[in-house]
Amino acid sequence: MTATGPATVPVTTALALGDDALVLSHRLGEWAGHAPVLEEEVALANIALDLLGQARVLLSLAGDEDELAFLREERSFRNLQLVEQPNGDFAHTIARQLYFSTYQHLLYAELAAGDGPFAPLAAKAVKEVAYHRDHAEQWTLRLGDGTETSHERMRRACDALWRFTGEMFQPVEGLDVDWAALESRWLESVTGVLDRSTLTVPEGPRTGAWSAGAGRQGVHTESFGRMLAEMQHLHRSHPGASW
Amino acid sequence: MATAAAQGTARPEADGARNTTGDETEYQHVFDAAVAADERIEPRDWMPDAYRATLVRQIAQHAHSEIIGMQPEANWITRAPSLRRKAILMAKVQDEAGHGLYLYSAAETLGTSRDELLDKLHSGRQKYSSIFNYPTLTWADVGAIGWLVDGAAITNQVPLCRCSYGPYARAMVRVCKEESFHQRQGYELLLALSRGTPEQHAMAQDAVDRWWWPSLMMFGPPDDESQHSAQSMAWKIKRHSNDELRQRFVDICVPQAESLGLTLPDPDLKWNEERGKHDFGTIDWTEFWEVLKGNGPCNEQRLTQRRRAHDEGAWVREAAAAHAAKHSGGTEAAGHRTTGAERA
Repeated sequence: MTATGPATVPVTTALALGDDALVLSHRLGEWAGHAPVLEEEVALANIALDLLGQARVLLSLAGDEDELAFLREERSFRNLQLVEQPNGDFAHTIARQLYFSTYQHLLYAELAAGDGPFAPLAAKAVKEVAYHRDHAEQWTLRLGDGTETSHERMRRACDALWRFTGEMFQPVEGLDVDWAALESRWLESVTGVLDRSTLTVPEGPRTGAWSAGAGRQGVHTESFGRMLAEMQHLHRSHPGASW
Repeated sequence: MATAAAQGTARPEADGARNTTGDETEYQHVFDAAVAADERIEPRDWMPDAYRATLVRQIAQHAHSEIIGMQPEANWITRAPSLRRKAILMAKVQDEAGHGLYLYSAAETLGTSRDELLDKLHSGRQKYSSIFNYPTLTWADVGAIGWLVDGAAITNQVPLCRCSYGPYARAMVRVCKEESFHQRQGYELLLALSRGTPEQHAMAQDAVDRWWWPSLMMFGPPDDESQHSAQSMAWKIKRHSNDELRQRFVDICVPQAESLGLTLPDPDLKWNEERGKHDFGTIDWTEFWEVLKGNGPCNEQRLTQRRRAHDEGAWVREAAAAHAAKHSGGTEAAGHRTTGAERA
């Protein structure tokens, strides 16, 4: 981020993108030691690390990364509700990853192509995100078109998270993006992956009274407060300490 | 990576888990000569059955230790106090999974399979390092594990880079590089705490107090009670005795503790001018044997979590295998690998 300094970056925008990465990274970190196969211990930790790296750059553009991560309360976080959803089973984690990585990849590719303040970050991150997206797509295929059990679990996961996907396309202040076009590309891509996975696109609404744009306004789901309590506890117990 | 045969010292070949039948006395002679000459034994070489069995046991136990060892540290990933520390810890736990993968691969060259070894871990027929049966109670424990536990592991493992079995020695070269990086990170974490607030300093001291003795136990029982030592040293799997390595570790740690500004919890620890080494107190071997028997603070918890991850992941592995079978022209699914048994 040599081309731009913190002063030229809209803080709310850096927080929205940074919080998405921070919170999803934390959720993926919860998998450590619990993954279904050793290769996935490596892959999930790898994705979590990439996202944490992105979060650190973005939060640093908005202020002090640790103050922002550990000392804000729930109502000040700007992440999507999708990324704060608990891990659930492996299918649930993969569905969350498919929806988010597809979105993040399309968004970052567009930001990287532009000349806005986030272009340098997006240009670096888009390569990582392409890998995350591929990982999620491959697992959606394996689980959807695997056994009856895995198909059913993947179907349930895709259904359960569907209502959080509309929020991704609510405009983010400070980003010059054609959100309607981004949304139709996202729908097209996810539909293609689900088709190839012998799954059907969920029928439920993608926005609701609470989920449309709520996370970006600091309105979250109930499990998020507990996640923050765990994440922030130690840091908050030692005010002013350095680690 | 060349086999002994390719290097010109023609040796009788083995086929996976089995030795080819032939003149065993002659084969043994060639094997002994290769070990004596510090040559590497490679997977296709003939080797004594007991050598193969010892290596499978040791490499498997080493791999299991990496996998179980993820748990005490992963316990703090979600609570790490800064984003930098969180990233370091995540990377470390990821490295451990990677070490487990290399080591299972090294064991597979001896004709076993990862599935078989995991099954033995889950059923308690194979062990992992006793150190991972202790709990991580504070953030400083993450530092103490890095400094002391990884430090002890490196002291044990560096000589294994010259172990007589090629695939194990090469795995250890890679593992040791990353381990020494982790060890420095652990030291640096403790240093930050030691120089921090009084509460942070106390947290660091408490962690060192709890991890010091269990770390010394990582070198195994005293030389006169170590059942595998003599044979392993003759085979050049092992290069130094348990007590020698333990002494080396103590001598390395004492000055490091001083520069950390922390004390080691041993009133008998002092420099012995005559020996040129530190004298130190007696290890509580009763505790060691109890932990080894399964009665340590976390034995039950560690195995239960490992079994649960495996059992709850079964449907995922089955899905990957079913998908790969349906699309057998396409990409092979992660998690479904040809096992050694299938190859043999």
